[in-house]
Amino acid sequence: MGFKGVLAELRYHPSAVIGLVIISLLLVMSIYAVIKIPYSEAVRLWRAGEVVWLENPRNAAPKWYNWFGAGLPETIKIETSRAEKAEEALGEGTRRVTYRLSFDFLYKRFPQELAIFFTPTYSKTPPQVVLSWRTPDGREIPLGTRTLRGEERYVLSGDSNLLRRLGRAPEESLFADPANPAQALRGRYELVLEVYTFEPGADLSAKLIVYGRVYGWAGTDHLRRDLSIGLLWGAPVAVAFGFTAAVGIALIQFILSGIGTWFGGVMDIFIDRLTELRMILPLLPILILVGMLWSRSIWVILATLLMFGCLGGQKNYRAMFLQAREAPYIEAAKAYGAGNFRIVFRYLLPRLIPVLIPGFVLAIPDYVFLEASLAVLGIGDPILPTWGKIINDAYSMGAQFKGLYYWLLEPAGLLMITGLGFAMIGFTLDRIFNPRLRSL
Amino acid sequence: MENLKRLFSYFFVRGLLLFLTVVVAIYLIIIIANMGGYMDKIKESEIMEQVYNTVRGNPALQRLSPSELKAILDKQIEIAKRQAGLDKPFFPWRSLEYLARGITLNFGRAEQMTSDSGSNQVRLILVERLPHTLLLWGVADLLVFFVSVFLALALSRRYGSLVDRLSVALAPVSTPPIWFYGILLILLFASALRVLPYGGFVDAPPPPTTLGYALSVAKHMVLPVLSVFIALIFSSLYSWRTFFLIYSSEDYVEMAKAKGLSSRAIERRYILRPTLPPIVTSFSMMMISLWMGGIVTETVFAWPGLGRLLYDAIQHVDTPVIVGSNVIYGYLLAITVLLLDFAYAALDPRVRLGGTRRS
Repeated sequence: MGFKGVLAELRYHPSAVIGLVIISLLLVMSIYAVIKIPYSEAVRLWRAGEVVWLENPRNAAPKWYNWFGAGLPETIKIETSRAEKAEEALGEGTRRVTYRLSFDFLYKRFPQELAIFFTPTYSKTPPQVVLSWRTPDGREIPLGTRTLRGEERYVLSGDSNLLRRLGRAPEESLFADPANPAQALRGRYELVLEVYTFEPGADLSAKLIVYGRVYGWAGTDHLRRDLSIGLLWGAPVAVAFGFTAAVGIALIQFILSGIGTWFGGVMDIFIDRLTELRMILPLLPILILVGMLWSRSIWVILATLLMFGCLGGQKNYRAMFLQAREAPYIEAAKAYGAGNFRIVFRYLLPRLIPVLIPGFVLAIPDYVFLEASLAVLGIGDPILPTWGKIINDAYSMGAQFKGLYYWLLEPAGLLMITGLGFAMIGFTLDRIFNPRLRSL
Repeated sequence: MENLKRLFSYFFVRGLLLFLTVVVAIYLIIIIANMGGYMDKIKESEIMEQVYNTVRGNPALQRLSPSELKAILDKQIEIAKRQAGLDKPFFPWRSLEYLARGITLNFGRAEQMTSDSGSNQVRLILVERLPHTLLLWGVADLLVFFVSVFLALALSRRYGSLVDRLSVALAPVSTPPIWFYGILLILLFASALRVLPYGGFVDAPPPPTTLGYALSVAKHMVLPVLSVFIALIFSSLYSWRTFFLIYSSEDYVEMAKAKGLSSRAIERRYILRPTLPPIVTSFSMMMISLWMGGIVTETVFAWPGLGRLLYDAIQHVDTPVIVGSNVIYGYLLAITVLLLDFAYAALDPRVRLGGTRRS
């Protein structure tokens, strides 16, 4: 049965069609990820630490939470360059510039955090700023004065002086509805910055960030990272790892079994011993050891897996080869004087390839999940984002206790869908290629 | 008599080969767990630092000249190294020494880990964790095994029915590993519904009465057992069903049907009996896998079993515990394989040892 024949046959099995759709989507997702975010960029975004993501809320849910009426605030960013501005010279080179950063806050839940990013320009005397807050109901709350010597991220939520003065976390007390302090007051808020500069050319630009509780289509993690990058990039990593491991190991063992049974004698005994050795060696502990002691890189783990695969063949391949060895066409090949390697690689192995295919499709998700298992144990790749690594982050950061379900469920869902896709095709191929099952 | 002799020599050779395989496996594990001798270098530098500190801290030695001090230091380091057994090179001597100890089940003391009762004997640490693993995986695996074998037998008799097709369609559900369902179940029953614990073996503090204790352990076992069940049942069902189907299409089964035997009798005598050897194999392989426990599953559920122990040992790079655990696993596997050969010979009349002629 040729490749086309198999494809045609697959069409009649609904589960295989679903599986094919899933895998095509997965491949599209992988290609999209690699093109949209090149490798080096993905690694930078994922591993450079919180600095890259300062403007994102921490542990924010995905945006689609709000479709189900979660009513979670989104992040609001307002810059002075776009704000209403009033300038006044006070003499002796001193100027006062007043910015009104106003925004509509239309949620009942409080924002997660408040921060202002300042970027001053001056040569000797640093600019100063007087901050005050206006609520929709017209109250004015002074927030103090700051002198800005360099770029600064002023986190209002983390200012202990402010907390003491307001008597409650700033991101709550500045938004609280006086009539119902457990809720935020909806309406137009305003942050007023009175900037005093003392030199010609001195200036201050600022950006207010009202951190929300939702971000992007995937949410963010404890390092404010956009999870969508990790989830997207997890796809090519998972596919590449699973595919290479499954194909590599299956082929190696297939060839070894073929050689062993064809040559027989010492070769067969040796390869059969190796097979038994592999059965006794525990794979997962060895991979954990390698990960802990040598390297956690996904490619080292892959290499170890392939080396492990080199230990002997498969008992069931061996049984099949023993049968195929006696076939008349092999006899014919021997009769016309074909060499040993010609017989093994041209006649014996190709004949049994169809038997190999279902097993190898079914093995792909096993290796994808193996990578995830290692990652869940904390032996994930230190550089690349993988789905397993995200689950590990979420689990070790207590996402299950804090109710951050999206953090666990998104990578888990992708793993599950991937696994199901390959398994559905694998089981169908098994039925197509395994004539004994087909006749049943 | 001739037969018995042949049988004996066959099993002797087979046992010897298996033993050699176990030895090679243990040696590989020892080399990997010691990072090919690198762990010894780390220990050596730790010893040197310790000796330097004690010598420097000794006021009586402060006045000695540098060369005298160095002589004392060298001697002390020498003694300390010999005490730790580090005076010989890893290849081949120390690795072989480890191997000899491993083969004779003399695991010695753990380097860092202790049992809950405070002992650092590897044997005691392993023995202490064993019951937990046996309890959890014994219950879970037996449940999966018996449910799937009997359900599969029933399904194979109802080939093509809706239930049968449904069970086949559900086979891919078994693709994700156990811990994966574990996390999902924890999210559902522990985080969202708050009806079952997140993990662990027993409530803290443990209930004082025996009944209370048992109930508490049972409560902690629900989620792990359920995740094992969900993760394994469908593929197990699928493969047993296929297996029984193949056997129930044999001619002798058709013959039995033609004779008008009841379907129960057919199942028992004509399907189960010849399929017993593979069933026994799969059952015994399952029992051995109990020894390793589920490393990831036990870690996810914080279950204090052997799998979790192995993971902790690897994290602490506690070589004796790692090697000990693997050696026992290797032995158990080898012994089971050997016993299975016997069982096959006993159970399946078609399998007879090398060249026995049937008249």
